[in-house]
Amino acid sequence: MSDIIKAEKLTFAYPPDEGKEPVQALKEIDLSIKQGSFVVILGHNGSGKSTLAKHMNAVLLPGGGKVRVDGMDTADESLLLEIRRRVGMVFQNPDNQIVANVVEEDVAFGPENLGIPTGEIQRRVSAALKAVGMEAFTLHAPHHLSGGQKQRIAIAGVIAMEPACIVLDESTAMLDPLGRREVLDTVKRLNREKGITIVLITHHMDEAAMADRVVVMDGGRVVMDGAPEEVLVRVEELQAIGLAAPHTVELLHGLRQDGFDVPLDALDIQACAGAIARALKTVEARD
Amino acid sequence: MLKDITLGQYFPGNSLAHRLDPRTKILLTVVYIVALFCAKSFFSYGVVALLLLTGIKISGVAPRALVRGLKPILFIICFTAILNLFYTPGETLASFWIFRITKEGVLTAFFMVLRITMLIMGTFLLTYTTSPIALTDGLEALLNPLKKIRVPVHELAMIMSIALRMIPTLIEETDKIMSAQRARGADFESGNLFQRAKALVPVLVPLFVSAFRRADELAVAMECRCYHGGEGRTKLHVLRYQTIDCLVFSAYIAVLAGVLALAHFGL
Amino acid sequence: MEAIIRVENLTHTYGENTPFCRSAVQNVNMEIMKGEFLGIIGHTGSGKSTLIQHLNGLLKPTGGRILLGGRDIWAEPKKIREVRFRVGLVFQYPEYQLFEETVYKDVAFGPRNMGLDGKEIDRRVRSAMAFAGLGGDLLEKSPFDLSGGQKRRVAIAGVIAMEPDVLILDEPSAGLDPAGRRSLLENIRRYHREKGTTVVMVSHSMDEVAENVDRIVVLANAGVVMSGTPHEVFSRARELIDVGLNVPQVTQVAMALARQGVDIDPAVYTVADLRAALLALKGGKR
Repeated sequence: MSDIIKAEKLTFAYPPDEGKEPVQALKEIDLSIKQGSFVVILGHNGSGKSTLAKHMNAVLLPGGGKVRVDGMDTADESLLLEIRRRVGMVFQNPDNQIVANVVEEDVAFGPENLGIPTGEIQRRVSAALKAVGMEAFTLHAPHHLSGGQKQRIAIAGVIAMEPACIVLDESTAMLDPLGRREVLDTVKRLNREKGITIVLITHHMDEAAMADRVVVMDGGRVVMDGAPEEVLVRVEELQAIGLAAPHTVELLHGLRQDGFDVPLDALDIQACAGAIARALKTVEARD
Repeated sequence: MLKDITLGQYFPGNSLAHRLDPRTKILLTVVYIVALFCAKSFFSYGVVALLLLTGIKISGVAPRALVRGLKPILFIICFTAILNLFYTPGETLASFWIFRITKEGVLTAFFMVLRITMLIMGTFLLTYTTSPIALTDGLEALLNPLKKIRVPVHELAMIMSIALRMIPTLIEETDKIMSAQRARGADFESGNLFQRAKALVPVLVPLFVSAFRRADELAVAMECRCYHGGEGRTKLHVLRYQTIDCLVFSAYIAVLAGVLALAHFGL
Repeated sequence: MEAIIRVENLTHTYGENTPFCRSAVQNVNMEIMKGEFLGIIGHTGSGKSTLIQHLNGLLKPTGGRILLGGRDIWAEPKKIREVRFRVGLVFQYPEYQLFEETVYKDVAFGPRNMGLDGKEIDRRVRSAMAFAGLGGDLLEKSPFDLSGGQKRRVAIAGVIAMEPDVLILDEPSAGLDPAGRRSLLENIRRYHREKGTTVVMVSHSMDEVAENVDRIVVLANAGVVMSGTPHEVFSRARELIDVGLNVPQVTQVAMALARQGVDIDPAVYTVADLRAALLALKGGKR
C-alpha cells in the first residue's frame, strides 16, 4: 500500500525567545504512514508530537527535510489546498474549531471553501453527519452540545472534504470518558468502513491499544515504533520518558517478577484475565 | 445572570415571517424604519403601528417576548420622555417650581416613546424570525454591490458570523472566570463605581487572553479547512427570492406609499 | 470522626418557572469528614459541578442547606466571603483564571482579599508555592510565560494560599500527560498529609480516584447513588457501570478472573493489591 504521509529527515525549531537558543522541536524524523492504517502517536507534553502533527497538513513547514502528503511536497504553496483537503485536522479544544452556529453550516464550511456546488455540499453534509452519528443534530446550535458531540461535528466537518487521512491532535484530551469513547468509536469506524487513515495524537495509553501501530516520541525524536503489543509492553522505557504502560501491562509485568508465567502483550481486560487464569492453572497442575 | 441576555435572540419557527428571504426582511425593516421616522401625525403613526402589529401577528412571536426585549433600554425611553416632556416650549398645561409641562411637550414625549418602542420592536421582530446565519447571508448578499468599490463585504459578513458563534462561548467563559475569582474572595457587588471597575480586572485580563488564544486557534482551524477568503466560495444554502417575497414586498410598499402620500396631502 | 461540611436535602433548580427548568442536584445528603481525602465521581451532567459550587457558597441552594462546622453558610448572606476563604475551590482548568503581572501577585490575590498583612501574605504565598510543587524562582515571572502544567500549579497555589479548612479540586489533572498527572497528584497527597486539612477531589477518572482517596461519593442523575471506601464502592462495580461510569482497569481484570472461577476478591483496585492477592493465591496453591 502507498504512503499517505511521508516525512524525510524532518527537522523543525520554533522561533526562540529573545536571547535564547532555538529549541529543536523535531530532530531528523523519518516516518511514513500507510494509506488506510490507524496510527497512534504517543509522547509527553513537549515531546514534539503536536509539532509533528502540524507538519502533516502544512500548518507548519519543515525547517529541514521534507514532508510529502500523497506524494505532494507540503512546502509547495500551490498545492496547499489540495494537501489540506487530503489530510484533515481535528484539534484539542472543541470550542475553538467550530466556525458556524448551526451544525450543518459548520460541516459545510470546508466544502464551501473548496467551491463545491451547492447540491453536492448538501449531499456531503448529510453523509458526513451520518458517518459520525450526528444526523439528529443537523439544525442544532453547537454550543449546546457536549464535548464529545462537538468533536464529532469537527470530524464531520473534515469528512465533508472527503479526505484520505484525519489527524486528531490531542482531540480527546479535554473530554470526559464518555466523550472520549464517542470520538474513538467514531474514528475507529471511519478507519474500518471507509478506509480513512487515522493519525491519533494522545497521551492516553489505553487509546494506543486500539491502533495498528504505535509511534512513541521523546525529545523531538521517534524512540519507539511498532504494533501496540510490541510497544506498550516496554514498561520501564515508557516510564523513563514520562509515560505509563496500561495497568494491564503493568500488572502482568509485576506478576512476571513474582514468577508467574504470563505474557506481557495481553493488552485488553479479557486477554489479561485469561492469561493470568491460565498461569494459575499451570501452577496448580505442577503441584 | 449573564446567560439571560436575550438581545438579538432567534426563535425558530415556520411562520410566513420565518420563511421570507432574509434580504426581503432586511429591506422591509429598513423601509419600516424610514417610514417610522417620516411619521408625524397620529394617522401616520397608526399606519406604521398597524404594519408592525401585522408583522407580529404573522410571525407568531409572543408579544410578551418583544416587550421583554425593551427592558434593557427602559432607562433610555424614560429619559427621552422626561426630557421632551419638560423642555418643549409651547402652550403651558401645568407648571410647578421651575418645571413647565406644555401641550407640545406631552405630544412630543408620547411620539418619541412610541417611535423608540416601535423601532426596537421592529428590529427585534427581524432578529426573532431570522437566524443569525440567514441574517448574515442576507446582509452579505444585499451589500454585495459594494464589493465593486472595494468594501470587504465577505470579510465583514464572516466577522459577524464568527462573533455570533463566539458570543455564547465567551459569555459562558466570563461566568466561569467570575466564579473562579469569587472563590478567591473577589467582590464584584460592593464598592463605588471605581472600585467595581477595578474589581473587573481579574475577569477582563483572563477573558482577553483566552479570547486571543481562541482566535488564534480558530484561525488555524479555518485554514486547515481550506479557508482562503471569499473567492471561489460556494454556499450550503443559496438565497432565492420566492414569489411570496415579491408579493409581500409589493403589498407592503404599496400600503406605505399610499398612506404616506395621503398623509402628505394633509389627511 | 466529625463532619466539617454537611449537605442537607440540597436541591438546585436552574431557571425556575421557565420552560428550561432543570434540577442539577436533587435532595442530596452527604457529609465531608474533617481531615479526610474524599473523592467525588460522576459523569458530566451528574450534578457534581453544581454540588461543589454550593459547598463554598458560589451557588445558593434553591432547597435544603449547607452546614459548615455546624452552621448554615447562608445564615448571614453578607458573610458569604468568609465561607469562600474557609472552603477553597479550584475550578477545572484553573490556569485560565490567572491575571496578574507576576506569579507572586496572582497567588497573593486570595490572601489580599482576606485583608491579611504583608508579612502573613508573604509567608502564605511561599508556603503555597512549595505545596504546589513550584520553585521560588518563579515568583517574579509573569504567569503567562509558564508552561501549561506550571500555570495550573500556580492557580492551585492561589487557592492553597488562603489556607482553607477544606480544599476542593475539580478535575485537577484534566488534560495533563501521565507524568504531569502523577506528580500533581503526589503534591496534592502530600498537602493533605502534611497540612492535615480536608481535601475533596472531583474526577471522572476511576483509576485516579481509586489510588488516592479515603472515601468515595458517587453522583448520578442529580443525586448521590453510593458512598463508601473505594473497596466498598468497587465491590458494587456492576451498579457503577449501570450509571455510566467505568471501574478501574485492575478491578475489571479481577472481575473477569472471578468470573473464570479464580478465588479472588473482585473489588481490588490497585495494581499492587491485585498483584499481592494473586501472589498469595499462588503461594496457597503451592
